[in-house]
Amino acid sequence: MTNDHDMPQATRRRFLIDTAALAGATGIGLSLATGPASATPASMRAVIRKVVGEAPVKKGRLKIDLPPLIENGNAVALTVTAESPMTADDHVKAIHIFAEKNPQPNVIGVQFGPRAGRAMFSTRIRLADSQHVVAIAQMSDGSFWSDEIEVIVTLAACLEGV
Amino acid sequence: MARALINVPAKAKRGEVIEIKTLISHNMETGFRPDNTGKAVPRDIITEFVCKYNGEEIFRAELFPAISANPFLTFFTIATESGTLNFEWTGDNGFSASESANITVE
Repeated sequence: MTNDHDMPQATRRRFLIDTAALAGATGIGLSLATGPASATPASMRAVIRKVVGEAPVKKGRLKIDLPPLIENGNAVALTVTAESPMTADDHVKAIHIFAEKNPQPNVIGVQFGPRAGRAMFSTRIRLADSQHVVAIAQMSDGSFWSDEIEVIVTLAACLEGV
Repeated sequence: MARALINVPAKAKRGEVIEIKTLISHNMETGFRPDNTGKAVPRDIITEFVCKYNGEEIFRAELFPAISANPFLTFFTIATESGTLNFEWTGDNGFSASESANITVE
């Protein structure tokens, strides 16, 4: 084989790579244009205000358990535990979960009673991006407690099918 | 009728904290996902789950599109008396499913 013969192949390969790159870029551009509007930290705070009202939110008494590095955002195991004796006088009334960069900041809201025994629940959630996840617990005395965790998501939920 | 799986211990000691696991088949269409024509697929999710122990509500969850397909929930309750646990899911487009489990408390 001569060098003359190699050249067209090299350029064809180059051309294919460039075309693929361009198509990829356009695809991303399109998905950004038509994709779902994402929530922002500000809209998450607004939704939290709606739940909490004017009451102050203190850090602590609550723990979010999420893997710090998530390969697939379509199903992420989430466990939330609140420290509480769970008696009739002192129990957790509700726990709300929020994600700042999902299309909608609300994730789940659960309500407990003194009969729950343990203020803890698990579920599987979708995460659209690397972001902060916030949990807010409402105690029976009206106080609010929170926990926040940062997660990295490599394959995002909600964006497939574009 | 959607298929639901419930895991409740058959027997428990009085006052013991028991774990309840529930899983229901539902694709939880978010309403944000575009189909192949680029239009968003309409939202179709389960919005509410309620668990009652002998008629008394012990756990309730409000679900949003951020819950994965086939919603799975684990929670706890105190075994107070023998009886029935009722589970109820409701959602978009008139979705409704219910399941029950018996428990013997010694």
